Amino acid sequence: MTETDTAPAGTMGEVGRARRRKEDARLVTGRTQWTDNIQLPGMLHVAFLRSPLAHARITRVDVSAARGRPGVVAVFSGRDFAAEQGSLPCAWPVTEDIVIPDHPPMAVDEVRYVGEAVACVIATDRYRAADALDAIEIDYEPLDPVLDMTEALTEGSATVHEVGNRAFTWKFAQGDVEGAFRDAPVVIDRTFVQQRLIPSAMEPRAVVAQTDGDGFTLHSATQIPHILRVMLALTTGIPEHKLRVIAPDVGGGFGSKLQVTAEEVLCLLITRRLGRPVKWTESRSEGNLTVHHGRDQLQRISVAAESDGRIRGVKVDLLADMGAYLMLVTPGVPLLGAFMYGGIYKMDAYDFTCTGVFTTKMPTDAYRGAGRPEATFAIERAMDELAAELGLDPMEVRRRNWIRHAEFPYTTICGLTYDSGNYEAATDRALALFGYDELRAEQADRRNRRDPVQLGIGISTYTEMCGLAPSRVLGSLSYGAGGWEHAEVRMLPTGKVEVVTGSSPHGQGHVTAWSQIVADALGVPFEDVSVLHGDTASSHKGMDTYGSRSLSVGGIALVQACEKVREKARQVAAHMMEASPDDVEFTDGRFRVRGTTTERTIQEIALATFAAHDLPEGFEPRLDAQATFDPDNFSFPHGTHLCAVEVDTETGATTIRSYVAVDDVGKVVNPLIVEGQVHGGIAQGIAQALFEEVVYDADGNLLTTTMADYLLPSATDLPVFVTDRTETPATSNPLGVKGVGEAGTIASTPAVVNAIVDALRPYGVRDVRMPCTPERVWRALHDRAPSAEEGASV
Amino acid sequence: MIPASFDYSRPSSLEEALAVLGDAGEEAKVLAGGQSLLPLLRLRLAYPTTLIDIGRVAELRGIADHGDHVFIGAMTTHHEVVRSPVVNEHCPLVALATATVADRAVRHRGTFGGSLAHADPAGDLPSVALALDMDLVVRSSSGERVIPAADFFVDYLEPALEPGEILVGARVPKLGPGWGFHYEKFHRTAQAWATVGVAAAVRRSNGTVAEARIALTNMGPTPIRAVAVEAAVRGAAADRNGALREAAEQAAEGTDPPGDLHARPDYRAHLSRVLTHRALLAACAV
Repeated sequence: MTETDTAPAGTMGEVGRARRRKEDARLVTGRTQWTDNIQLPGMLHVAFLRSPLAHARITRVDVSAARGRPGVVAVFSGRDFAAEQGSLPCAWPVTEDIVIPDHPPMAVDEVRYVGEAVACVIATDRYRAADALDAIEIDYEPLDPVLDMTEALTEGSATVHEVGNRAFTWKFAQGDVEGAFRDAPVVIDRTFVQQRLIPSAMEPRAVVAQTDGDGFTLHSATQIPHILRVMLALTTGIPEHKLRVIAPDVGGGFGSKLQVTAEEVLCLLITRRLGRPVKWTESRSEGNLTVHHGRDQLQRISVAAESDGRIRGVKVDLLADMGAYLMLVTPGVPLLGAFMYGGIYKMDAYDFTCTGVFTTKMPTDAYRGAGRPEATFAIERAMDELAAELGLDPMEVRRRNWIRHAEFPYTTICGLTYDSGNYEAATDRALALFGYDELRAEQADRRNRRDPVQLGIGISTYTEMCGLAPSRVLGSLSYGAGGWEHAEVRMLPTGKVEVVTGSSPHGQGHVTAWSQIVADALGVPFEDVSVLHGDTASSHKGMDTYGSRSLSVGGIALVQACEKVREKARQVAAHMMEASPDDVEFTDGRFRVRGTTTERTIQEIALATFAAHDLPEGFEPRLDAQATFDPDNFSFPHGTHLCAVEVDTETGATTIRSYVAVDDVGKVVNPLIVEGQVHGGIAQGIAQALFEEVVYDADGNLLTTTMADYLLPSATDLPVFVTDRTETPATSNPLGVKGVGEAGTIASTPAVVNAIVDALRPYGVRDVRMPCTPERVWRALHDRAPSAEEGASV
Repeated sequence: MIPASFDYSRPSSLEEALAVLGDAGEEAKVLAGGQSLLPLLRLRLAYPTTLIDIGRVAELRGIADHGDHVFIGAMTTHHEVVRSPVVNEHCPLVALATATVADRAVRHRGTFGGSLAHADPAGDLPSVALALDMDLVVRSSSGERVIPAADFFVDYLEPALEPGEILVGARVPKLGPGWGFHYEKFHRTAQAWATVGVAAAVRRSNGTVAEARIALTNMGPTPIRAVAVEAAVRGAAADRNGALREAAEQAAEGTDPPGDLHARPDYRAHLSRVLTHRALLAACAV
């Protein structure tokens, strides 16, 4: 429990206070500006016709009938844009020989997944636009779909693109892997399926494009207004300085809005063609089809260990489903996991191979955690399997392998330097809160009684790399941009503060956290700080929000900008008080000449700087500053999550009985926001373990187009989370902070699945594929594969 | 999620509603709480020419005690049913099952009659209507007729309503003392439809089951009475010593369970047996 709006005992600062979010009163009372709320004079509405086939050649397009429908202003097919639409960008060519197929925003000759845009209607209202889609005639010549990654790589398989289905193979190796596995007393070899997921943001995607005949403005429900501007300029040929991108209020993203979408490009092209503003808002079903999907990997992991459980080495061989095209960071996502398969453990050898595979499905890309949840799942599941193989307690196996607190900073086998961590402390706290020994006793009792409801205990001792990212590291991984972040701090004449951040929030609470940081750094009231973001006209520079980077990168830029403002103010204060700047101290917003009572408030200095009547010689009359921070290292939050499940062996149903999360995210700026991130993160990780799965049928049709088919858990389906924190400050940044946006999602999935497998181990069950639905658990228990008549693989 | 165009009418009396419905032709649809129909419209799975919104027809709303039965008006919301002392006292199975319908928001909008008239075999109330042998009262401009629940659910989403007819409510028999009830619902999330559900009413006498009425949710194109179980359980010991489990083994007989993303047919058949056993135990309060 976090007590709100009260200062922790013994501190005076804003940082660390559980401030209620400044944003929320406006958000919960509907005084928001979502992209879909925007109404412009003369605005038209766009509806897209989408491919009903997974793979086909387009042989005929006739839009003439649709043009005659009521309210229709224009109808275009891919052929109308072929000369100007360019190719949607992939900014992460992970290898030199990677295949990056041309990706037209609107299909011209061939469609490669169900849902790919093939035509569009622009009409006076949304309903008429949707109605007229029925009148567009398109003939297709069906081609073979490509749906299974393993099959896709076999000789003679149908191909998504002429060049074949292999996009790239990326390798990384360290140490003597062969030696580690040769004669190893224990080898655990498992294959895990990371099912495909849909990042379901509360707000659907929406785009409004307009032009004044000279420049263009694009409103989009995006996480990345700055990156989007650059990429759209490159894609459409609209000069960057003639394109303004605005992310107004944005209702969640989870990575799905870290994208340059076909609809964004096409809305710009349509408005350029017609000279009128246009709006497109997706429906939920359209979103399920065409929001980029997440995960979808086939993971083979092998762990070689000594007979006492100490790990010798780990081998990982991944197939990663790219879908039909490579989008903004599609190929890089599995590689963000490449460095995390070692988890928190020490070993001498590591070998990683990832092959990206094309299929005729919606492209995959970043989804909360992006690569790290997959890696963490595999190593944490493998640790439980290793413990079972050796007859050891799964926590004991982890203890024998993890990096001890005294060993930090520690360079892992994957080449990362973990700056800080205290796995012992987080684990001890979690075990105590959980009642680990009591639950093990109850488990033994239920096993003895053959209780139809079995108890299982799952562990996840995770870490992750976030705070993306040091630019030099991104460069070494062939990423197309840097990982810095920008901030500007402006003291206004009346002493209020305006902050401009390049980190574009979509639900994270930046305005509150940034206000707390500025309040402490400049000694101004929390209420006196406002934060501007998400508009490339007012926030000219930024790398946006993803990868748990806002605080540990953008927050540091903010601190540095505040320091610059403070030093300028010190110059003015010293001048006003006729003292040397070296003799002027700054405390709680006041500059005081050391050893005297002479002082000036920062607000007085702001006004004096504005008036500029009497400033130090050569001093520019401005009390503002910018800073761009490029981190030296990632941040490495960690923690111990423990999950107890009850599995009903008669129905296969899993109920989470208790869930304890002890996370170490370093210094905390706002405990309430951190707790919100942890809760939401755990929920999303549990959702992968138990509920969510994208299903395509044998023809490549998406079956999970609605929320009746694609199950999202609600609060009713989730347990009360017991959360706590240990605090081991990061040494890699001056605030001591680490990212928290993805940690819960990364940690929770393996904790839940480990618990289910733990419950069922006496029945001979060694794995249950995610999501662990009641039916899958039941079949695992009864070794009951469905017959051909009953359907494909479970 | 954008419905095609339709005409809309909001009558304020049943008489007016029936007149509009009579004039509107076969492609008209009656809109009750909208919790099932609106999604179908938005997905363009239904294209009615006219929507007749009976939300303002006050006479269709309410619950009345008629001595040997309780009458529940078609436009009574699920929330009102769950909160009704009359329903809870005299037909608790209706209250138990209704409380499991989706979530609070849906229960405040969705209606008792709408749920029956939609005739979705995955809905909770059709099987309850069947188990309790409700009489469904329908009205058209030419008068009223009463359809026993056993004849009402013709096929998937197909009630025995003729064009021009509106369901006005149901007569729910009071089963009297000695009866126990349970609705056992298995679903993947709180808001999801029943994967399988079992509505059970059991009369006990001297520690044995004297009579049982059991109906299954989502085990075929319509709700289905588990007649084999009803026969097998008669005279069984109402305890946990195995007789109820044995009777419940007959649950899937005569069913035609659907296969979908949440459950394949054989798993549904298995669930029907497990859940019927549990429903019998709970209805027997043992």
